[in-house]
Amino acid sequence: MAYQFDFAPVLAQGDLLFKGALFTLQLTLIGTVLGVAIGVVGAVTRAWRLRPFDALFGLYVELIRNTPFIVQLFFIFFGLPALGVRLTEWQAAVLAMVINLGAYSTEIIRAGIQAVPKGQLEAAAALAMSRFEAFRYVVLQPALAKVWPALSSQIVIVMLGSAVCSQIATEELSFAANFIQSRNFRAFETYLLTTLLYLLMAIVVRQLLAWIGQRLLMGRR
Amino acid sequence: MPLLRVSALHKYYGDNHVLKGVDLSIEEGEVVAIIGRSGSGKSTLLRTLNGLESISDGVIEVDGEYLDAARADLRALRQKVGMVFQQFNLFPHLTVGENVMLAPQVVKKAGKAEARYLAEQMLARVGLSDKVDAYPDRLSGGQQQRVAIARALAMSPKVLLCDEITSALDPELVNEVLSVVRQLAREGMTLIMVTHEMRFAREVGDKLVFMHQGKVHEVGHPREVFAAPQTAELANFIGAVAGG
Repeated sequence: MAYQFDFAPVLAQGDLLFKGALFTLQLTLIGTVLGVAIGVVGAVTRAWRLRPFDALFGLYVELIRNTPFIVQLFFIFFGLPALGVRLTEWQAAVLAMVINLGAYSTEIIRAGIQAVPKGQLEAAAALAMSRFEAFRYVVLQPALAKVWPALSSQIVIVMLGSAVCSQIATEELSFAANFIQSRNFRAFETYLLTTLLYLLMAIVVRQLLAWIGQRLLMGRR
Repeated sequence: MPLLRVSALHKYYGDNHVLKGVDLSIEEGEVVAIIGRSGSGKSTLLRTLNGLESISDGVIEVDGEYLDAARADLRALRQKVGMVFQQFNLFPHLTVGENVMLAPQVVKKAGKAEARYLAEQMLARVGLSDKVDAYPDRLSGGQQQRVAIARALAMSPKVLLCDEITSALDPELVNEVLSVVRQLAREGMTLIMVTHEMRFAREVGDKLVFMHQGKVHEVGHPREVFAAPQTAELANFIGAVAGG
């Protein structure tokens, strides 16, 4: 009567899971680089009230943070073709992740910028630096260092959230898992392995981000 | 031809009239101490001189740079007017050497080797050659303030503004900073300092400016002014400071 566990049919499709995992990591990497870049730009316009961009970014942040990721994804993939913008599954998934992380990191990095003491900006100004130079050389690194743990968490959240992209047939890890278990009906075994893979990836990405933070942001001694 | 001239300077914060027509003229090489009660406008005046505070009316001229309520080339002005702050404001993510190198590299486009050489020279001037590669949080307050002075000097300013630069220091660290300032004065640097160090002002200063209610209330040579203040307000102030 007891369920007979059998991992063999799942492991036989291991290359699919592995490819899916790599795909998820790729999505995460591109999403992180572009999303954080948007976050930096958005954060400084918001923190320094650079009109009219601060209002635009404000609107963007509220729009994204107050709607579900899956709806954003569906809008991009199924909705935009009505406007003539046709994206592949992969492009749509990347775009959705970039837009999503961009909004959250705008708010996270803004907190970091606002936590840099005003005296730092005055010192930079007194040394004849422009606002941009002050931001680039004096504010950015300490601001990112202050919020790096929060930003790292958000990046991991977005990576795990990318599972939703399986819904538009982006061939990432969850898509591979769904595919495998629909063939062999080994749902327990498949999702157990998939869970462990996600767990492993999350831990590795977190460690990697911590290491990057140490090296680049707190880079001393 | 004075190095720095302030004419009919007014500053409002909303309805609050902070500077009510300040006139001031400073020659090259002069050491000027600005004193006054808190709220007299002395720090605001100092901060208008490099454009950290905008002005509402009047004119500031520094070595050919011209600033009024409508227009200002702050980048040019600030290359001639350096500033040292009460709270040091060193950049915590950069080493001492990098703190000094940053503005020459970014603003004056100095090469790295050139900036490094300059930083070493400036740090030697303030007696901190051995701290080039240390981070600011490893330094005492007095050492941090000397780095801040070196950082300002690296831009070869015509004038150095000092905004209560010893007020945040433990008493035993005040002298190491003042002796650096004294050395600068001896080398002919034009210095404008808002200060509570009356003895230092009397000893090193060429000119004492007493601010009262947003105006220059009395100006003179420190020794004469301290010995025989012309106004009751200054006499009161000197009495209060000496008594305290």
